[in-house]
Order: sequence, then structure tokens, then C-alpha cells
Amino acid sequence: MIIELGHYMLILAFALSLVQSVVPIWGAQIDDNRMMSVASPIAITQFLFVGLAFAALTHAYVTSDFSVQNVWENSHSTQPLLYKYTSVWGNHEGSMLLWVFILVIFGAMVGAFGRNLPPKLKANTLGVQGWITAAFLLFVLVTSNPFHRIADAPIEGRDLNPILQDVGLAIHPPLLYLGYVGFSISFAFSIAALLEGRIDAAWARWVRPWVLTAWGFLTLGISMGSYWAYYELGWGGYWFWDPVENASFMPWLCGTALLHSAIVMEKRGALKVWTILLSILTFSLSLLGTFLVRSGVLTSVHAFATDPGRGVFILILLVAFIGGGLSLFAWRASMLRQGGVFAPISREGSLVLNNLFLSAATAAVLVGTLYPLALEATTGAKISVGAPFFNLTFGPMMIPLLIAVPFGPLLAWKRGDLGAAMQRLWTALGIAILTVILVYGYVEGGPALAPLGIGIGVWLVIGSFAEIQLRSGFFKNSFSKAISRMFGMPKSVWGAALGHLGVGMTVIGIVVASSYQLEDISIMKVGDSRTIAGYTFTFEGMKESSEHNYSDVAGTFRVTEGDKLVTTLNPVKRVYNTRGMPTTETDIYTIWGVTQLYMSLGDKQDNGAMAVRIYYKPWVTFIWLGSLVMFFGACFSLADRRLRIGAPARKGRAKQAASTA
Amino acid sequence: MKLISILRLVFLSAFLVVTLQAGPSLAVSPEEMLKDPTLEARAREISAGLRCLVCQNQSIDDSDAPLAKDLRLLVRERIVKGDSNDEAMEFLVSRYGEFVLLKPRFTMKTLLLWGFGPAILLLGLWAVHLLYRKNKSVAATAQATGAVELSKEEQDKLNKILSSESDS
Repeated sequence: MIIELGHYMLILAFALSLVQSVVPIWGAQIDDNRMMSVASPIAITQFLFVGLAFAALTHAYVTSDFSVQNVWENSHSTQPLLYKYTSVWGNHEGSMLLWVFILVIFGAMVGAFGRNLPPKLKANTLGVQGWITAAFLLFVLVTSNPFHRIADAPIEGRDLNPILQDVGLAIHPPLLYLGYVGFSISFAFSIAALLEGRIDAAWARWVRPWVLTAWGFLTLGISMGSYWAYYELGWGGYWFWDPVENASFMPWLCGTALLHSAIVMEKRGALKVWTILLSILTFSLSLLGTFLVRSGVLTSVHAFATDPGRGVFILILLVAFIGGGLSLFAWRASMLRQGGVFAPISREGSLVLNNLFLSAATAAVLVGTLYPLALEATTGAKISVGAPFFNLTFGPMMIPLLIAVPFGPLLAWKRGDLGAAMQRLWTALGIAILTVILVYGYVEGGPALAPLGIGIGVWLVIGSFAEIQLRSGFFKNSFSKAISRMFGMPKSVWGAALGHLGVGMTVIGIVVASSYQLEDISIMKVGDSRTIAGYTFTFEGMKESSEHNYSDVAGTFRVTEGDKLVTTLNPVKRVYNTRGMPTTETDIYTIWGVTQLYMSLGDKQDNGAMAVRIYYKPWVTFIWLGSLVMFFGACFSLADRRLRIGAPARKGRAKQAASTA
Repeated sequence: MKLISILRLVFLSAFLVVTLQAGPSLAVSPEEMLKDPTLEARAREISAGLRCLVCQNQSIDDSDAPLAKDLRLLVRERIVKGDSNDEAMEFLVSRYGEFVLLKPRFTMKTLLLWGFGPAILLLGLWAVHLLYRKNKSVAATAQATGAVELSKEEQDKLNKILSSESDS
């Protein structure tokens, strides 16, 4: 009964979304306040309905109701409780329901928190959001209904794909979707602006928090997915330039550009048309990502659902939204007045440079992802585009951008002084050069260019604090004055600094880990030991155990450094009972929070010995710590009161303003 | 309907991936590895650039599929026979076609692939150049008509800069 109610809720939500698509926008056209004011309550009610539908499906999973086809196909009664919950979106139907659920959460948030929005903008934005919701609810109801019943309920389910039975599934998809779908709001705002034919700095101020939120979650979602792959797959890789990864990376790159161009628009009223275009493109790339992953047009580790009917349906949605959005843009963009003149060397100029490189990098990733499909469709020729291609095309575009990053915040609006900015960065440059020299001198092995890569990372890390140092007058003013100024600064300054710091950390992590990692693949018998990077791994024995829906064979390895015991590692080979599918569960020990010792088990040999892989991964955690820092940067910027129109300035800021006046 | 036939093809290969990847082995295994560490290092380098034909964009160095293992052994065989890296690659291309290369060759067929990113960059640079030229002319007209007056915001900024200058 609960399942049928869930299904019914979803149908009700679809009906509501149709009303939301038409009435508010119509109201905005004919200036009818009552019609416009319908949008918010509908958005909130719709959230409630989809939420109930989601809860109904979750209930079926938690109670292992195998009369529901979706539950039967993707879950098992002996699964640990957490995985019963995560199984809800560990399949095509459920993950699309999660997608729609997050979409209506965002819609409801605009409805609930958008009180200060101009009524027309709000009505149009929620109306556009209604189009997206209606389209995807229809998709779920028609092609991917998770509430389908089976006549004779089986006794036991077929279990979730073992690779997905991991905490990673609890974290990665929801975060990723919060990012993907979050960009629908900036898309809706842009379309609303085009419908109305007007746009101003307040518009940018309204859109920026949504872009920041989406970007923050997408950053975290991608990075958690990457860490999941790193520890789950067993050979220590974290990024494969797999099309599915690219599908999430493209909206991130484009969203990063949008984040920066929206600043120019908010502060200076320039780049309006470009910002609108970027926000349409960012959500288009999100939709493209959804299409690539959900349609099964590319199959990879991530694709656990394939069905051509769905592919064609999403393709139609994709063409309708992207085509419609861009046509509207082409038709109405000329109505938007451009403003704000600036010189090439200026804050705006640096943000334009940022946008230029990020857009070109997005284009390179896009063409690399779609080209093999397009070529095969048109000529029948099959080619592969993999990591070496992306390293060659994407990499060189990132280097000038990364070098330019610390200059940006130090340049004044309209017309900046590059020489003065450079003077603020001597310290960062000095430390970066010193690092390069030290790495060349003292670290053996690794590619010749690695120290330069590390140098760029250090330059970013130190350079990202230059604006804070400049604004607080550290080393110039008294210590206490500098500190109080530091805390009085707008939070968005800290946000930018943390964002850039995070990028620097990730760069360092990637360069160090990929250049100086050590690998040891060998066959070990009980009692054998291998030494790698000064750590000795001794094979103590094997242990078998069985729990929940799987059985484990775990190795015990004592890790020592000289005479000192460092840790004991227990890499596992796990077999899932239902599907008979083996997985590797690596064991990782982290030294000082940065360097990792990584172990995984391979095949058992005929003589009882085990194939063992040991990795020494220096500074590898910086890759993901960097993304965490970027996320905190987004949080800081979100906390900035300037992003909330009408919010009174805080006392601290007022004081700082007084002290500088 | 070409699209449909491609979709069908992809689904078929997806099915293959699922069935083939079920093997428990873990990419490069110890018994495959060459005794000579320099030769082995070369084999790894070559493997990283070759696609496991039945997988989605995985190199044979990363893949668990049995076919990837066969290719890894083939690469090592060629190296031991005295092939250079290029010769070993060429041998695999002659057998499996260019599909096996993860870095597609630069030909007429892949011109757009290699050129698209840089082309967008150049186009963007040109657009930015035009923007600045327009900005300059706008600023010049403003100067000529005497329309340059600081807004309140700019005046505040100027005051702030001047005061921070006097702080130091």
C-alpha cells in the first residue's frame, strides 16, 4: 500500500509541476500578482510529495519488500542497514528519483527563502524550474518507474552490485547530484532574466549563492567519488579520464568559470551576457552528464543501467533544454545592456582570463569525451581517447591559469597594477623557487618536470594568502590590529583565499603522488617480507570470516620501520554470496595525515601464497584535502552577509570600514 | 537510425565488460612481470597507453579483464624480442587497429579532436581582444565628452585605497 501511495504522490507532484510550469510565468506576462504568487506554495508542496514518494521507496528497501521489482533487483535482506538505505539510489530508477528529489528541494528552497526576490523574477525562475521538474518527473514515471510491483513476490532479493556496497555510495551520489542539480537554479534564473529581458547587479547577487552552493557540493562530490575509486578498485588510481568522470568534471569547470564571472557581474555590472551564457552552458553540461551516465551511451564502471528507450527520452530532454535555452539566449541576449569598462590588467581582466582558460579546458574535455561517439556515428571509425590525450590537451591549459591565480585578487577593479601585485607576491615566489631547488637537490627519482609542478602548487598555496596579508596589513601594522582586521574582512575574501589554497593543495597532491609513488607487486608466502620506502611489510597469516552477505579472506601484514612497529594492515578479498562476485577491500595507513601506505590482495597462488600489491603514496591525501578546503571556501563565501540582500552589516565589518575610512 | 545501432553496439559491449570483468585478478599480476626492471618499466609505460579493448577507456595496465592480460603478455613478449616502444605499439596497432591507442594519432580524422580546445582558446583570445578594443573606444568617447566622473562606489574605493596607503 505504501508503495502505491508513493507512486500516487509522484503523479500528484507531476500534476503540480505542470501548474508550476505555466501559471507563474503567465502571471508574470500579464502582471497578475495572484498567479505569480502560486509558484512558492506549489514548489514547497511538490517537495513534500516527492519527498513522500522517496520515503515510500526507502521504506520498501529498508523492510526488504521484494514484491517491488526495483527492491528485488537491487537489494538483499542480509545487507547491513546502511546499504539498504543506499541501495535506494544504487540503481537507475532510484537514482533518477533522487535526482528529481534534489531538484524539488532546490525549488522549494527558492520558494521558501526567496522572499526578497522581485516577484516577477521569482515567478519566472520557479516556472522554469517547473519545466525541468515536469520533464524529469515524466521521465521517471514513464521510463523509470521504481514503484513497479511483481505479481509473485520472490523470497530473496538479487543483491546490490558489490562494487556499490560501500560507504562511498552513501556519500558520492547525493553530493554529486546536489552539485549537478544545483546548477538548475542558476539556469532557471538566467532563463527568467531572458524572459523578462532585464538583468542587473542584484540579479548576480541573487544567483551567486546558488552557484556557490552547487559548486561546493559538486567539488566535494567529485572528490569523494575519486577517493572511493582510489580505495575500492585496488590499484591506487583516483582519476581515469573516464567519460563518466568527465561528465561530472565538465560542469565543474564551467561552473568554476561561472562562479568567477558572476563576481564581475555583481561588482561591476560587466560580462552580463557572458554570465547568462555560462549558466546556461553549465546546466547543459550537467544534463549532458546525466544523459551520458543514465542512458548508458557510454558504459563504464559507473554505468549500472542500460536501456535505449530511456536514452532517447533523455536525449529529447537534452535537446529541448539546451536547444531551447540557447535559442532564447540568441534571441534575447541583445536586450541586455552591457556595462562596466575595464583595462586588460585589472581584477575584471584577470577574471576574464580565468574564464577564457576554463572554457577552453572544458571544450577540450568535451571534445575528448564526445569525439569517439561522434566519429563512430558519422564514419564508423573507432578510436579511443584516454588519459594521455587529456593530459596533453587539458594539462597545458591549466598551467598558465594556475600561475595567474594569485595575481587576480591583488589587482584593483577597472585598472590594476601588475608590478604592485608582483611585489606582494615576492615571498610566495621565493618560497616556490626554494622548494623547486630543494626538491631537485634532495629528492631522487621522479620525472624532471615534477619539481616545477610542486613549485606551482606552493606558489598557489602561499600566494592565495597574499590578499589577506595585504588587507590586514600583516608585518606592517601591529599584530593585534592585523588580527582584528583579518577577522573584520568580508568572508568572501577568505572564501577566495581558501578556494585558491585548496587548488594549490590538490596540485601538490597530484604531482607528488603521481611522480614519487612507489609500487611493489609480488607473491608473498606467510613469513615473507618486502621493504618499500623504508617500511617493511611482513606477511603474518590469513584469516577467513563471514558476515552479512559476504565472506572475507583477510591477510595480516605487520608494517615496521626499522625496529618500530608502525601498524598492522589487513587487506581483504571479499566474495559476495548472492552474485558470487569478488571485490578487493584495500587497507590504508596514513602517515602524518598526508602520505599513505596502501595494500591490496591479488590472486591466491596454487602453493597458497598470495599476490600482494603495496604502494607508497607520498602526499596523496592532499588531492582530497584540497577539495575539502575548496568546499570550506565556498561555505565561507556563502556566509558573507553581502550575499543576502537586506541583511544588516555586521558590527565587525562596520568597525573595519570605520577604521579604514 | 545510426544512433540506435550505436546504442545497441554499446550495450553489447557493456554486457561484455560486465561478464569479462568478473575475473578476480587485479591488473598487472606478479607472474606476468619481467625479471629485468628496465624492461618491465618500459612494458608498464607502453601498457598505460594501450586500451583494454573490451573495457571502457581503461588502459590494459589498469584492467582486470582477461583480454587485457593477454595484451600485457604480448607487449612483454615483443619487448623481450627486442622491439622498441614504438615498434611494440605499432605491432599492436597493426593487429587491433587504432582503437587500441588511448592517445589517438594526429590525422585528418582527429584534426578536430586535437584542435578544438586550442581553437576555442584562440577564438576566446580574439573575442577578449575585441572586447578590450571596444572598451578602449568607449573610454575614449567618455573622455572626449567629459563624462568621466567617479561614482559613489568608486569614490569610496579611492578613499579606502588612499587611507590604506597612508597607514603604511
